[in-house]
Amino acid sequence: MSFLLELGIKVILMLAVVLTAALVTIYAELKAGSHMQTRIGPYYAGGKWGWAQPLADGAKFIQKEDLAPAKADRTVFGFAPYVVMMSTLAVFAVIPMGPDIVATNLDLGVYFILAISSLSVLGVLMAGWSSANKYSLIGGLRAAAQLIAYELPLVLAVVAVVVQAGTMSMNGIVEAQQATLFTIGGVEVALPYILSGQIIGFTIFMIAAVAELSRIPFDMPIAESELTMGYLTEYSGIRFTMFFLGEYASLVALSAIATTLYLGGYAVPFLPESMENFAGPGIFLIKVSFLVFLIIWIRWTWPRLREDQLQSMAWRWLIPLALFNIALISVFKVVL
Amino acid sequence: MSKNIDFPFPGLFKGMGLTLKAMFTKAPVTMYPDEKEIPVPRARGVISLDAEACTVCMLCARECPDWCIYIEGHKEAQEPAKPGGRIKTKNELDRFDIDYSLCMYCGICVEVCPFDALFWTPEYEYGEESISNLLHNQERLVDWLQTVPEPPALES
Repeated sequence: MSFLLELGIKVILMLAVVLTAALVTIYAELKAGSHMQTRIGPYYAGGKWGWAQPLADGAKFIQKEDLAPAKADRTVFGFAPYVVMMSTLAVFAVIPMGPDIVATNLDLGVYFILAISSLSVLGVLMAGWSSANKYSLIGGLRAAAQLIAYELPLVLAVVAVVVQAGTMSMNGIVEAQQATLFTIGGVEVALPYILSGQIIGFTIFMIAAVAELSRIPFDMPIAESELTMGYLTEYSGIRFTMFFLGEYASLVALSAIATTLYLGGYAVPFLPESMENFAGPGIFLIKVSFLVFLIIWIRWTWPRLREDQLQSMAWRWLIPLALFNIALISVFKVVL
Repeated sequence: MSKNIDFPFPGLFKGMGLTLKAMFTKAPVTMYPDEKEIPVPRARGVISLDAEACTVCMLCARECPDWCIYIEGHKEAQEPAKPGGRIKTKNELDRFDIDYSLCMYCGICVEVCPFDALFWTPEYEYGEESISNLLHNQERLVDWLQTVPEPPALES
């Protein structure tokens, strides 16, 4: 197979999977959120349970006029949503859904993910600055400050996983989680990292991931009561759709990363290795949707932090805790 | 400074339990166009007019805070009660309109009417696509009279 053909197939498949997942996530958020608030949520779109609501919303957004403020920097303004979208989509290139179901098995997969997912803050800053709007600018700056503050605990939490696994490849990390940890009565038991020492790391990773997504309880960049819609204030039409879809795609992306790093990815204990290519994607999606639901659940329950509380939490608690976690894992790695 | 982060952990997780419970509880929602809510008998839905009782005294129109009642009338000569008696005049109602796009449902007109010509009825389905159609004319107001519930029994 020629390289270009392979690339094309991979890109199309990946887009189909990721965008569908993002739409399903939007629907889950609408539906779960309303039921948590004793509402019904979408009901009529699509005939049953309002399943077509995200599609209808998308169709509506596309019809809207694509406005840009008079003083906006049009090039940067137009480009920003795509930077956010691209950085999210690129993450999926290295996430394995089975031993062979992965776009590219990079040796530096974890490094690639951390590098590429930080690019989205660039898009957010571009959006905030180019909108020529005070709300957008402050929202963009808040997003940047938040991303810098929470990128560190995120990276440090991932470092502990890399130390324990001894590899930076995403496939390698999943395989490392299948290594026999101990044997009970001749049965070899392998546990995902969340159950074998990484529970602190997992907690830190999830907190930092929610902050990276700038969702409640860390949604200061788009805090409606103070900043209208933050860096999204001036966006409408297709560009707003891009941001919106990108936000949910990155929710799926971060859940997928957490699944791979902590929940054992496509593997479950006692599943024979020959089955993994077949059952892997299903197992992976179940784990991802569990994490996605957790993040949605948190969003509809918890109140928002204050800006200084957010910074204080990252710098005074999460980073020291993450460093302690690395030390702990390294000690265990050397001792055991 | 240490009070900056005062994490109420039990509270946060209690809240998560609450939302999870709410998610699996059936929402108490009336799916309006499919199933209809039955209003309480004395609900203030729309005001109906008993045109026979109206004497065009204009009290309701004058008391209305929104000035949404339009009344026109004329005087008519009435046959004297006894032959050769004095000719009396009677007020005849020509127009009685209520503009429900202005009405704020205070009910002052119903309270103030000395001849019991105005009644509340619990009907609420008279929404219109054009705001001008919310001006109910006399015929329509009289039609609402059929929906007036029985008055509550007098206290003995």
